[in-house]
Amino acid sequence: MKTRIYTYTKFTLFLGLAMLTATSCEREISDEAVPATFNSSGEIFTDSPVGLTDDFFVSFDPNVGANTEGFGTDDNVSYEGSTSIRIDVPAADDPSGGFIGGIFRDRGEGRDLSGYDALTFWAKGSTTGTIGIVGFGTDFLEGKYPSGRPNMQLTTDWKKYVIPISDPSKLTQEKGLFLFSAGGLDIIDNIPNGNEIGWTFWMDEIRFEKLGNIGQSRPMIFNGQDVNEDVFTGTQIFLNDLVQSFQLGTGEVVTVGPSYNYYTFSSSDSSVINADNIELDQFGNPFLTVLSAGSAKISATLNGVSAEGSYTANSLGSFETAPDPTKPQSDVISIFSDSYTSVSDLNPAAFNDDNVVISVPIANGNQYISYENLNFVGVGWDGTVNASPMTHLHVDVQLTSDGAKNFIVELIDFGANDTNDGLGGTDDSAGGYLVPSSQLVKDSWVGIDIPLTAFNRPTGGGGAGRPNINNIGLVVFVSTSLDSYLIDNIYFYK
Amino acid sequence: MKIKNIIFKAFTIFSIVVLISCETSETQTVATLTNLVWADEFDTDGAPNSENWNLLTGDGSAEGIPGWGNNELQIYTDRSENVSVQDGVLIITAKEENYQGGSYTSARITTKGKLDQQYGRFEARIKLPSGKGVFPAFWLLGDDEGGNLVWPQIGEIDIMEYLGDEPTTVFGTMHGPGYSGANSITKKYEILNDRFDNGFHVFGVEWSPNRINWYVDGDLYQSITPEDVNEETGGAEWVFNRPFHLILNMAVGGNLPGSPDGNTVFPQRMLVDYVRVYN
Repeated sequence: MKTRIYTYTKFTLFLGLAMLTATSCEREISDEAVPATFNSSGEIFTDSPVGLTDDFFVSFDPNVGANTEGFGTDDNVSYEGSTSIRIDVPAADDPSGGFIGGIFRDRGEGRDLSGYDALTFWAKGSTTGTIGIVGFGTDFLEGKYPSGRPNMQLTTDWKKYVIPISDPSKLTQEKGLFLFSAGGLDIIDNIPNGNEIGWTFWMDEIRFEKLGNIGQSRPMIFNGQDVNEDVFTGTQIFLNDLVQSFQLGTGEVVTVGPSYNYYTFSSSDSSVINADNIELDQFGNPFLTVLSAGSAKISATLNGVSAEGSYTANSLGSFETAPDPTKPQSDVISIFSDSYTSVSDLNPAAFNDDNVVISVPIANGNQYISYENLNFVGVGWDGTVNASPMTHLHVDVQLTSDGAKNFIVELIDFGANDTNDGLGGTDDSAGGYLVPSSQLVKDSWVGIDIPLTAFNRPTGGGGAGRPNINNIGLVVFVSTSLDSYLIDNIYFYK
Repeated sequence: MKIKNIIFKAFTIFSIVVLISCETSETQTVATLTNLVWADEFDTDGAPNSENWNLLTGDGSAEGIPGWGNNELQIYTDRSENVSVQDGVLIITAKEENYQGGSYTSARITTKGKLDQQYGRFEARIKLPSGKGVFPAFWLLGDDEGGNLVWPQIGEIDIMEYLGDEPTTVFGTMHGPGYSGANSITKKYEILNDRFDNGFHVFGVEWSPNRINWYVDGDLYQSITPEDVNEETGGAEWVFNRPFHLILNMAVGGNLPGSPDGNTVFPQRMLVDYVRVYN
């Protein structure tokens, strides 16, 4: 990479007003004083980086697998001028990191991009690979307005790519000028399973532009769906699936994923959900919290356009979480509980019937599982557990529907080979336990404790009862009466 | 606004005949006729003024051309939800709905029998809709002399046609005997740094005995003479010397422009600020 010295203009902010001092003799703020603005250049890379930090490329964290070696410039390939950016995308199994990506950051106090309507660049690939995302707004600092266009498949000749800006008026001081992330090319099965091979792509003439021909903004929340859910006070409603499509001047419809900060959310009843109070979880995902009983509809606008999709929360009021378990961790093998270290990669629906509605809400900081209209569902996880040192299975259950209370818990053991071979003629085994209907109380948590010797019933999947317990891989819930249940604290104990 | 490049393009069913490009220049005269002889400024809310407009209904079967000769999907109605005047503009609305066996409704209005004029300047100020499969037009159709003449002998001058999945281009077209449909004479106009569904634009033709000029927002982009037609078609007849009437419509689907897709939002609206005729 070439090293050059770039000069830049430093801007100074006087309480929002720039004072004209260079030639003026006035002692008072001139009528011509205007709010200070930041560098409004849209140029990012032409034949060299324009006004970027000295390190030019700031990689994603190598600790999460980002490969820092594949970034460079290429003096032999360019769309215009002499030089382009060359990205050598690593193979998935590259010991130096299985993907490549990062950002370009402004070297100054940030750019005023409010006069542009798109980030554009030219690119070509060594093959027709797909860049996972290209965007802007991420600065690894405090950038509030990330956005990006996912899954851009390249051609092997130069082509111009356009990433529309959701609301340029927000971008008055942006440091995160460019972001990309790309992984290997999968020519075998299109499943991310480590067999992806490396490829190369080049990017040139990266800049923000005012194209003037982008239209038909269609912002969406909740993927444009009208979601309707029963919730409780304290339930966290995540503002997920924020997307926005545009029609480019070519007629091509493209989709970007704007940050929640581009949207203005509103609630039909702020006493039930206050849409002004967006919080973030530990991963930075935005959510709203249900405050009381009642009904509230969450909707949104983006740059004056109503977003498609909504979330109607039917809050049933205060929610009593399942009682916290009291057994010490040493006496427990936990499958699902906020109170214990549990198995990894829990899947609340490793298999399930077609009609069950599954969600994993969080109320009062406590996560539970909701199965509505349950017929059967298997809870799975990574690997198996050896429950032989244990004596019981515990599960907290709350019946939420009027039903026949026909609730069965099953265990499926994968046998000595530790593999799910299916039941019947394999080393896998399974058995069930019918919870006495008298134990189930509507709208109340009930702790069910089942001796591991009590799973005697044949199972719907073909298990004969009395399963082995050294390699348990699935806990199954069955409701032949299609009831709805909340589930929490699934663990083996002694 | 500047025209940087003028594009000739052969459509699937339109132009194969291509004329020599005529470059725009400062010396070109876009319009010379300034004597206003007919206008609808759409200043009265309600249905379009019946003194000026006929509201066509149906799918073209009554006219003997189901699908309007293009396998179009819309059923035209005279309902206010498909055509009305509000707040100073005519609104033609294409809706997705089950209606009389069709899946879309829209409107088509004409001046036949109310304004039939030979020669003149015909222009309208229009804000166009958007989306794949949406096909609005502002055009002139020749008189059929009580059914004695049939298309394309009667002649057709498409002042403006537009495909909703090409938001930056419109095209002007001439149909006559020997140069109609796929063989019509047509030309695209591309707007730079803008698009036609973002605001109003003026579309017009100036039609004189020996020349028809097409313009957008004062930019002349196509000029055709009888000699041009003769040269390009090997002697086809110039039929633009009889009275024509105006038509405004919005089609949905058909051979051109193809059916709407998942990205096409309905309803779609074409807004017309005015239609003016000069001689």
